[in-house]
Amino acid sequence: MILSKQHADFRAELRKFSREVVRCGARVCDEQGEFVDGNVKAMAERGYLGIPWPKELGGMGRDYLSYAIAVEEISRVCASTGITIAAHTSLGTYPIYKFGTPAQKEKYIPRLARGEYLGSFGLTEPNAGSDAASVETTAKKTEDGYLINGSKRFITSASYAGTVIVAASLDRSLGRKGVTCFIVETGTPGFSVASEENKLGLRGSNTVELAFEDMLVPADSVLGKEYEGYRIFMETLDGGRISIGAFCLGMAQGALDALARWAAGCGRLSQMASARLSDVATEVEAARLLVYNAAQYKDADVRADKECAFAKLYASEVAVRAAGTAMDVIGRPALTPEFDVARIYRDAKLGEIGEGTSEVMRMIIAKEVLSDIAAEQQEER
Amino acid sequence: MNFSLNEDQKMIRQMARDFATKELEPKAAEIDASGEFPHDSIKKMAELGLLVMVIPEQYGGAGFDFVSLAIAVEEISRGCGSTGVITAVHNSLASWPIANWGTDAQKQQYLPKMATGEMLGAFGLTEPNCGSDPASMETKAVLDGDHYVLNGAKRFITNGGVADVFIVFAVTDPAAGSKGISAFIVEKTHPGFSVGKHEELLGLRATANCELIFEDCKVPKENLLGGLNQGFKVAMGTLDVSRIDIGAQAVGIAQAAFDKALAYSQERKQFGKAICEFEMIQEKLALMATSIEAARLLVYSAAAQKDAGKKRFSKESAMCKLFAATTAVEVTKEAVQIYGGYGYTKDYPVERYFRDAKCMEIYEGTSEIQKIVIARSLLG
Repeated sequence: MILSKQHADFRAELRKFSREVVRCGARVCDEQGEFVDGNVKAMAERGYLGIPWPKELGGMGRDYLSYAIAVEEISRVCASTGITIAAHTSLGTYPIYKFGTPAQKEKYIPRLARGEYLGSFGLTEPNAGSDAASVETTAKKTEDGYLINGSKRFITSASYAGTVIVAASLDRSLGRKGVTCFIVETGTPGFSVASEENKLGLRGSNTVELAFEDMLVPADSVLGKEYEGYRIFMETLDGGRISIGAFCLGMAQGALDALARWAAGCGRLSQMASARLSDVATEVEAARLLVYNAAQYKDADVRADKECAFAKLYASEVAVRAAGTAMDVIGRPALTPEFDVARIYRDAKLGEIGEGTSEVMRMIIAKEVLSDIAAEQQEER
Repeated sequence: MNFSLNEDQKMIRQMARDFATKELEPKAAEIDASGEFPHDSIKKMAELGLLVMVIPEQYGGAGFDFVSLAIAVEEISRGCGSTGVITAVHNSLASWPIANWGTDAQKQQYLPKMATGEMLGAFGLTEPNCGSDPASMETKAVLDGDHYVLNGAKRFITNGGVADVFIVFAVTDPAAGSKGISAFIVEKTHPGFSVGKHEELLGLRATANCELIFEDCKVPKENLLGGLNQGFKVAMGTLDVSRIDIGAQAVGIAQAAFDKALAYSQERKQFGKAICEFEMIQEKLALMATSIEAARLLVYSAAAQKDAGKKRFSKESAMCKLFAATTAVEVTKEAVQIYGGYGYTKDYPVERYFRDAKCMEIYEGTSEIQKIVIARSLLG
């Protein structure tokens, strides 16, 4: 895809930033399991924590395509930093920008965009994974606001966050229709980080379990309206898939980079190695087109669940495959930190799981394809 | 072709499985995290006769067949991938070449001690600049009186940091390419031998995988293994045998991942039912089980060729290693997927299987090399 000058320049800027800044801490943070704090600060200084939000709200005033390019370039050198900016922007900030009241937006978006607050999104629970609507966390309306009780699991960045968007049920007998989203400040009494996950990859990102014990939040912390939580988090997740797709694309490109670097240094390339290199390069480019395509739908303000699911499903599988192929072809040196592919191999697996598993993506795509054909048949009649 | 196991083979499966379940599995996560070599488990395996399974009884071995060895490696790997490869390397890469190519004196000197675990074995072929292509070997051996003097380095040597005896390959005739390589039995006490850096690996982390360094290392002349300039033959012949056990290891890791994923899919409920009731999960389970069974049959079939006394079985051993490795990577990946977010954490063993499995496609010849070996056999 030919990028406009504006996008090409932004890519060049992000590539330089990623190579010169983000990459430095990547290996150490992974090895030590340390949060990529330095990279978060560096992104905040340059405005990258608010790329798609208007300037009047403290953002960079750029579009979603620019944001996807940024996530891609950052994830290319450090996936832990990539998932952190993606979760912060698409999951922690977007729902406030899209569904928040003017007062909520004014209060939170500038802080999030400038990085004073890191944003987080609390939906998943021990018993509500793919079946996200079955949240067991409850919210009870009181005179002073809402009393929230329950727990959340696999929540990105919550230890370092200023706000967490929490999904809780006002009435569990209503199922998904009882779910409501709240903007919860992490300093609220009753809010605590129960434990941190010890993970296969993305070890420089923060993933924690949260506990809410009689956590009282003010009445004006409801995001959107009561009982609208399901719609809010579904739409948030759909958009979030663009950045998860970009995150996977970056990792796939990182694996391709390593493979190409190895191939360039090995003199005469065997036919088999050259075929693998070509396959990986082709798949990475196809993934890129799907991700950018989904971002452009978003920029045109057209809801595109299917296109977002395409991007996330395909890019995540390409990332896992690209990292695996790079390791096979490079051979044993790929297992060592020299080529860094082993790290990508561990990191990439999350792409097929987080923010909707590949199985959920396939359910969404099938549903959309069937609804497209139904609409077509309707027209024919 | 006989698909059923004999009584000895069944007995070995049961014994190795019990041992793996009781001894290895409970420690596997811990040694993966610490990278600590499982010395205790190796001692216990020596007592069970698992260290020199295919060595004749006169040298202290157990005198079992290669199918039995494959079964044992499979079951041990099911409990712990690291211990699986440690066992495979000691059995088929270190003690077997001594039994096959060694002089009687060499066999007497090393095999009984390798049987008791007093001497642990390793295999030094790979070098920093010589992975899949042994003809580019840089380690040299020069005869000086009654010793060979070795100079060079080996890399990615399983058991390297803790082994006592090494089968080491070095160039003895630089002009002859792969026909100028010889094999040596090197002891860690030989002057000029040292262990270099310990590799930080993705998986199989408790295998003391280290670099070996030879600086004017003096090896007695009588430690030449298999004759002067016969090293390439020794290396390739040994790899034909050992690849069967890497196939077995891959089957064991895949089986472990499948067992866990199958059980989890029956426990985990989403959308009001166990996830195993969803067809997308059923498809995964069906494909995982089918590939594991096919891989296992390829492994046993390759081992049976060796047991039947067939001289060349490179194709069969490469096929089983290629297929089993691909299976292990795919099955462990799907096991993580079935576990979802939980599979990505260290609270469950599937992420370890996923990391351990990847090496199957890389060591003892990458998948690309196996394809070339198979194609060459087909083309004659």
